[in-house]
Amino acid sequence: MNNMVNKAQGFGLSILTKVAGSDLLDQLKLRKFLEKSLYQSSKAGFKTLSQTQKILKSGQKIQRQRLPHQSKSLFDLNLTEEQQMTCEAMQQFASEVLYPLAHDADHHEIFPEELWQYSTDLGLNFYALPEALGGVAAEQNIVSNVLMAQQLAQGDFSLTAGLLSTFSVINAITRWGSEQVQTEYLTAFADDPHLKATFAVQEATAAFNPYQLKTKATSNGDHYLINGEKTLVMLGETADIYLVSADLNGKTEVFIVQRNNTITAQKSPAMGLKATQTVNLKFNNTPAQRLGDDDFDYTAFLDLGNLMWCAMAVGTCEAVKKYCVQYANERTAFGEPISHRQSVAFMIADMAIEIDAMQMLILNAASLAESGQDFHREAYLARLLCAEKSMKIGTDGVQILGGHGFTKEHPVERWYRDLRATAIVHSGLHA
Amino acid sequence: MNLQNPKKFKLLIDQAHEVALNVLRPISRKYDKAEHAYPKELDMLASVVDGMNQGSEGMNAGAAVNKRGDSDESNKNGVNMSTALSIVEMCYGDTGLLLSMPRQGLGNSAIAAVANDEQLQRFHGIWAAMAITEPGCGSDSAAIRTTAIKDGDDYILNGEKIFVTSGERADAVVVWATLDKKLGRAAIKSFVVPKGTPGMKIERLEHKLGIKASDTAAISFIDCRIPAANLLGHAEIDVAKSFAGVMETFDNTRPLVAAMAIGCSKASLERIKEIFKDQLDPEYNTPFLQTSNIAAQIYRMEAEWESARLLMLKAAWMADNRKPNSREASIAKAKAGRIANEITLKCVELAASIGYNEAELLEKWARDSKILDIFEGTQQIQQLIIARRELGKSSSELK
Repeated sequence: MNNMVNKAQGFGLSILTKVAGSDLLDQLKLRKFLEKSLYQSSKAGFKTLSQTQKILKSGQKIQRQRLPHQSKSLFDLNLTEEQQMTCEAMQQFASEVLYPLAHDADHHEIFPEELWQYSTDLGLNFYALPEALGGVAAEQNIVSNVLMAQQLAQGDFSLTAGLLSTFSVINAITRWGSEQVQTEYLTAFADDPHLKATFAVQEATAAFNPYQLKTKATSNGDHYLINGEKTLVMLGETADIYLVSADLNGKTEVFIVQRNNTITAQKSPAMGLKATQTVNLKFNNTPAQRLGDDDFDYTAFLDLGNLMWCAMAVGTCEAVKKYCVQYANERTAFGEPISHRQSVAFMIADMAIEIDAMQMLILNAASLAESGQDFHREAYLARLLCAEKSMKIGTDGVQILGGHGFTKEHPVERWYRDLRATAIVHSGLHA
Repeated sequence: MNLQNPKKFKLLIDQAHEVALNVLRPISRKYDKAEHAYPKELDMLASVVDGMNQGSEGMNAGAAVNKRGDSDESNKNGVNMSTALSIVEMCYGDTGLLLSMPRQGLGNSAIAAVANDEQLQRFHGIWAAMAITEPGCGSDSAAIRTTAIKDGDDYILNGEKIFVTSGERADAVVVWATLDKKLGRAAIKSFVVPKGTPGMKIERLEHKLGIKASDTAAISFIDCRIPAANLLGHAEIDVAKSFAGVMETFDNTRPLVAAMAIGCSKASLERIKEIFKDQLDPEYNTPFLQTSNIAAQIYRMEAEWESARLLMLKAAWMADNRKPNSREASIAKAKAGRIANEITLKCVELAASIGYNEAELLEKWARDSKILDIFEGTQQIQQLIIARRELGKSSSELK
């Protein structure tokens, strides 16, 4: 650890030290995982790191960051050593931190305060930040990001969504941000681990079409003004920064907005996602900057969000299956476990089949995306399949538990409500 | 992580695709009509395939897959995957004709999987069919009643086998028989019975719903004497291992049957997209809720198909990399079998009379696909296998 700290001198040092001192790391045996990631970054990014420090101090612009693509040849489902480690760590975090918090968070409709500290301790933002800004992202890691979302969602769907919203905004800024936006915001995220951000894309129209927005943007000198209303904004009341989609002269664009008094929020609890404290936001001549540059692709922006929701749906379906397996083996009827009945057992077999099926589509799309290839068709099909199959698993999960599944004694009813979001939400996260 | 077809198999896939379009499709309806007629056009094709197989990664049109290989740990895309990929294209041409390809029978897979070196050499180049099912046992292959009794240097087979694909056309049949009925599964062994062996008789050829180009034979064995050296693998009855060994063949062959289902339904899906091209958005830019009902149904089928295709490749990839894949092989077979049947039937429904009429092949593909959810383990058998694994149950608990 000392070696690493020496190397990571200067910029970001205080944050790293804080992370390093966390008891949670040891508790969850995450230290090795984090050290490895940081070691990789310090190895590769040491030079750039000190340069950035200088630039920041002089208040100059950073150069526009774009993470390089990965290149691939053979069909390969192996996880890298780092991906394995990340998955194990996230899985453990899911079962030991998220799952125990989930019931109350849903019940009280409050995102638990302590999760912010855990999120800082985990150093989630560092996975999204490029090396030049003290992060560990050396190339596009879309597969790793969706795997992370999937593992976390085994603990809880809503908490994962809330936990990953800031991370997702940083991903989006790193991928799409103009030099101006990156200069202002990436450095801010690197500096302040408590900065919170979220997306405002969804609007309250039936059969919502993310390409036809009622929210409008107008040009106003060197910036833009946003007018309109958004819904299902996760953690919208407490966020400092929003990525807002709006119609600009007939074309859909995404803007970055700082929280200010032109925005009004209204609580808007939904069927699920309760822990994310969803709100409606009203923008009234809200000043905004355009997020993107010449290479901005709104469809890919949406797809990379949808893939995260799909991955979370798979993770939650894994939790449903695990819970149902245990229940069906313990619950007896007519003198033997209900799992001895094909009508029950086949529901569980179908869960296993469709979980694997969903995962294949997500990984294919994510893998294409990080290698710089077109992945829209694959993401489209993944969303379609995940929306249907994850809800089927959600409803079968309640069915297997019967009347017990209908009560809050068991988590299956929460998963049922949360999984419905997979087909509904557009954007909201970003891989 | 990469789930795209490897570039090194592109030529192979393209070749198989051309064969499907130019050799199989033109005779597809002919042999659907002329059930039991031998598709002589395949002889030439089979020679071409044999020639390709001389190379390292050939176009195994059927199922001749060997699990053995080097112990190198690096990621491999091998013969399981190349075979699966070429089967997809061939069945896109015609599933019945793929099943009729000389020297590419399921028996060849069994030989490749369990034969010893001497047997591998002796049976090299033959066309071997597979005989498992009996009138009284289908999915319950442990209940096989055909007997093999040792007599000097020979075994004497007695029993009746049905549903033997290419049973009449093949050079030999790999027959599953029990050395001792009392010992259950462990005593089941497979035997290579050459065509024309006295005591082996083709009783009849079935008339079927689909895959009519492929012959399905019922064969009787009455005091059929074969050399003891034709028993594949080991003769000892090992209660712990033996049947598992026989079942292991399925880990390699189920992904290939899944590949057949992917190919067959690919044909229907492609045709229906052509028919309804005016309703579809080739760029997938219309959000799902904004598409027409027809388009929504087609996109849904496409998503199911893609997921099944990738599950099939996953199972084949695991076999290539010698990762235990029983679970994934069953998942691939279950998913591909059911979606192929669903897709081909739905395409007939969407095309209405055009789909139902023999002027198109859509109705044929809908008949062909049904067997793919039945043979090599029915949908329900796959679900049982998967459920037992998920629930940690034995076959006596979860029946």
